[in-house]
Amino acid sequence: METLSASGTSIDPVAIRADFPILAREVGGRRLVYLDSAASSQHPRMVLDAMDNYYETTHANVHRGVYAMAEEADRLYENARTSVGRFIHAPDPAREVLFTKNATESLNLVAYSWGRHNLQRGDIVVLSEMEHHANLVPWLALAEERGIQLRFLGIDDAYRLDLTGIEDIVAGAKIVSLTLMSNVLGTMPPFADIARLAHAAGAVVMADGAQFVPHLPTDVGALGCDFLAFSGHKMLGPTGIGVLWGRRDLLEDMPPFLGGGGMIRDVRLDGFVPSELPWKFEAGTPPIAEAIGLAAALEYLEAIGMEAIGAHQRSLTSYAQQLLNDRFGGDLKIMGPAGVDDRGGVLSIAYRDIHPHDLAQVLDQSGVCIRAGHHCAKPLMRHLGVTATARASFYLYNDESDVDALADALAEAGNLFW
Amino acid sequence: MSGLEDLYREIILDHYRSPRNRGELPSPPAERVEAFNPLCGDEVVVYLQVDDGVLSDIRISGQGCSISQSSASLMSAAVKGKPVNEVRDLIKTFKSMMSIHESHLGTGAGGEDRDGTASQDGEDRGGTEDEGVLIDPEAMGELAALQGVVKFPVRIKCATLSWNALAQGLDEAASAGDVGTTD
Ligand SMILES: Cc1ncc(COP(=O)(O)O)c(C=O)c1O
Repeated sequence: METLSASGTSIDPVAIRADFPILAREVGGRRLVYLDSAASSQHPRMVLDAMDNYYETTHANVHRGVYAMAEEADRLYENARTSVGRFIHAPDPAREVLFTKNATESLNLVAYSWGRHNLQRGDIVVLSEMEHHANLVPWLALAEERGIQLRFLGIDDAYRLDLTGIEDIVAGAKIVSLTLMSNVLGTMPPFADIARLAHAAGAVVMADGAQFVPHLPTDVGALGCDFLAFSGHKMLGPTGIGVLWGRRDLLEDMPPFLGGGGMIRDVRLDGFVPSELPWKFEAGTPPIAEAIGLAAALEYLEAIGMEAIGAHQRSLTSYAQQLLNDRFGGDLKIMGPAGVDDRGGVLSIAYRDIHPHDLAQVLDQSGVCIRAGHHCAKPLMRHLGVTATARASFYLYNDESDVDALADALAEAGNLFW
Repeated sequence: MSGLEDLYREIILDHYRSPRNRGELPSPPAERVEAFNPLCGDEVVVYLQVDDGVLSDIRISGQGCSISQSSASLMSAAVKGKPVNEVRDLIKTFKSMMSIHESHLGTGAGGEDRDGTASQDGEDRGGTEDEGVLIDPEAMGELAALQGVVKFPVRIKCATLSWNALAQGLDEAASAGDVGTTD
């Protein structure tokens, strides 16, 4: 695994690709150009091996066995929790890092457990118009059920959060829950600044880190969030594992989310006493192999370096912005902030008036995988005045040749339709 | 690229660029049916006017991909002015053209309602060119151009969107008592 020695300032996507078995496959005789990591990223062999190894040598349920192998499984699972805590600079990983099924479940956990414990009719929750449905629907459900009041930060003409009058918007709010990076626009709001204002107004602050955590160094203290949600499968890990980090005092005060085995200290026929953190929130057999796979993914990312991964993303995004602009001019529009200072490697593209689905279909013929659709952000689509966008997204294994392939395939689509 | 050329035939692109019967009808008296494809946000609105058992007028609005929009346009041209019975037969034929593939894969149970959930390995089997066994392309006229869609299972729903709306509109017109029993 020579790429791992490349930890430092710049990374070598060609060497990195060699670590990802799937990237060697072809589509219709063409090299796979995978530009859909914002939906789900691919896996280095190290992650697959870690999971295989667990299944082949150590598989047992956690928290319940006295025999040696079960203890080993337990240790691997809890070590994964520590790895996650280290990755996001959590002050108390052993207590504050909860494993869930995905970012969606993490966000729901807060809306259901914290929300139902702390919010009454008329209480204010602040979200933004660029949120993923996972950070909208749980709150909308709570609004329907409880009569809480939702306020939304809007979006300006440059595809950034409109912070005009933000003091008034967060005034009196109980919780402010925002994305760290839009999965459609790439926009990274000035989260730490917003968190400061929200805290000053007495609100709790949650960060949806599903798109951000995979790509940039993450420090929950520096972000100033009280909760952070993200998914393993967007950061080289397997599907079926997500994380919720929460401030310990908040988590202590919250009632359990799901009930069942593993999350109780005692059960009688007339009641139950929940277990301690973090197990209070991990009912049932957890995603053990997936946690182990995620820990391996974090090890891989850390060895390359999150600073370097962030820098790579910026340089590739900048290259793509320039190339697409030079080549297609006014025929192509990127729906997202210009520059790379406050945006990630997610490019929503409108090319002439070719429908995103048609674009994705034609690009597929060149082996170029992009996503077309509403990206689980229908209110944002309405704001943009479209029903769908075509989205290309980058990760550490992409390089300029992938962007070139994207541009060539777009030109082919143009020829086909016009 | 051959698969792609099957999908985007010239007739399809023509109907996409210059859709026929585009617009709205006053409703009522016309039936108005909206159909959505939640997968991609495509939206088709079909307006239909039934008089004395004849689909006397039809208009299409909405927005979406080339397949959903051209299919709606082709449909409108094929059914306008036709007796409702014939239209229903054509809907059935069209939908079996779109689901024939699925039944060949042995997942055809309830296939008419399961468009778009067809097996993902469709592309491999698509090349066998046996779709024509049950469907007479001649009888389908321009609609036969949409046959290539079955090779792209996720797009089948795009093609059938407006047809489902039309079927629903005919049912609504019938239950509103507008359609005489013509048999
Ligand atoms: C910004 C954002 N939040 C939340 C999610 C939900 O992630 P998951 O589907 O893994 O729960 C996504 C995934 O697309 C996302 O991009």
